[in-house]
Amino acid sequence: MNNERIVRGEELENEADFSEERRFFLKQSVAMAGLSFLPVPFVTAAGGGDSSPGNPEPVKVTLTVNGTRHRLAIDVRTTLLDLLREQLALTGTKKGCDFGQCGACTVHVDGQRTLACLSFAIMQQSKKVHTIESLAKNGSLHPLQQAFIKHDGFQCGYCTPGQIMSGVSCIREKKAGSAEEIQEYMSGNLCRCGAYPNIVNAIMEVKNSGSQV
Amino acid sequence: MKAFQYLRPSKVQDAIRAVGSDPGARFIAGGTNLIDLMKRGIVSPDKLVDINHLPLKKISYQSGRLKIGALALNSEVAAHPAVLQKQPLLAQALHSGASGQLRNMATMGGNALQRTRCPYFYDTAFPCNKRKPGSGCAAVEGINRMHSIFGVEKANATQSCIAVHPSDMSVALAALDAEVIIQGQGGERRIAFTDLHRLPGNQPELDTTLERNELITGFEIPDNDFGMHAHYLKVRDRASFAFAIVSVAAALDVKEGKINAARLAMGGVAHKPWRLFEAERHLLGKPVSEALFRQAAALGMRDAVSFGQNDYKLRMAPNAVVQALLHAAAIE
Repeated sequence: MNNERIVRGEELENEADFSEERRFFLKQSVAMAGLSFLPVPFVTAAGGGDSSPGNPEPVKVTLTVNGTRHRLAIDVRTTLLDLLREQLALTGTKKGCDFGQCGACTVHVDGQRTLACLSFAIMQQSKKVHTIESLAKNGSLHPLQQAFIKHDGFQCGYCTPGQIMSGVSCIREKKAGSAEEIQEYMSGNLCRCGAYPNIVNAIMEVKNSGSQV
Repeated sequence: MKAFQYLRPSKVQDAIRAVGSDPGARFIAGGTNLIDLMKRGIVSPDKLVDINHLPLKKISYQSGRLKIGALALNSEVAAHPAVLQKQPLLAQALHSGASGQLRNMATMGGNALQRTRCPYFYDTAFPCNKRKPGSGCAAVEGINRMHSIFGVEKANATQSCIAVHPSDMSVALAALDAEVIIQGQGGERRIAFTDLHRLPGNQPELDTTLERNELITGFEIPDNDFGMHAHYLKVRDRASFAFAIVSVAAALDVKEGKINAARLAMGGVAHKPWRLFEAERHLLGKPVSEALFRQAAALGMRDAVSFGQNDYKLRMAPNAVVQALLHAAAIE
């Protein structure tokens, strides 16, 4: 019964309780796939003219996150980052600066690395989003996750999901040819613990191994 | 952040009408600057018109002109074979801007229309003529090491604006004689890229010459003979992912040892990408030499002013021009 309510995200949005119960529902919903798919309308109007600024009408968005299609009702101001963390309980993606300066929120949108904090969720209609939670397969870590452990590519770990998502893109974009090139193409991901040399080594190793990333 | 109405048109005219009919409406493309500004309360649109579904992403080369749609992403343009072959200076400038993630999100039109990164524009506790016309300029007497040395009268500075236009891409497009294609409700018009941005004067709140119901639909760059004799030099506080303190786009066409054509533009020095027309003219017909480049750079600096913390730019800027020209001429 509850699963059905989650699928129809607008009801979920109306829940007064934003706590544990909601998270439980969300986790259930993650396990579900094949939800109805809405085409992008010619013009989507949202948050009708007379809605007050503090309490806008929810808007509907359908997007696929880590292979699961979600149809959700959201506040129009919701960023992709907040949608992932607060509504889908995918807290692997981190909120660092929230202004596009640190890279902690890096996710892949339609295969391209993107800053989730500078993306409105409503603008991700029909997009395919992948987060750090999608990398491990069948209980095995992704090669770059393993390399980060081997090379001590983190200390506090807060920037790590963004570093790894960006690092995977760096290899896919064929911009991991040398330490210098990696430094340049990873410059959007800051690490205040200063694990940079180890991060570069981890990316180099995976690139040189020829592993499928 | 104030809530907003969200529209997703698929036709250019629908998008223009949606913004033209509502003074509180704004176009949004990549959003990397606008969302930042909305989060900080600097810009509070009532309506966002999402233009990402308009057919303006194409990059093509036809009859001597490179044509780039306004919604082509910075990363796509920087890696496009026609751009690398025909206008490598543009690819260099795009690569030097922002980060891998931001270049995947930022569009060409949005890059050109990004707002200044002056800290006083962003901090609502301070006066700023650009953010709040008539309130004054905190940068003139404040932290101004990143600020303008061209295009502003020193005596009038507190009534105007000494912030700089932050884009690297714009500097290359200014140097390459690019054209901007602009669609309005009445039809299309074309202007030189150097006429897109304006000097602050007594209306520093206006960054560009665009009307509010106009939309940039693309850019065109005519062929040139600069080939690989083009260089984008960017001086910044860290090696990557930082705005320019000073940047130079330099392009030379050298035939039989003499300069047949030259283009010079600077970033980080003015309210708009700054072409050094007089310096370009000085180079024409003369043989390539470092001494010549020094003369040209000195000519380019004739109208420069500074505001204390950015005094160093008066030396850095001409040195950067010389370095960029030496790179472009491959006699470094």
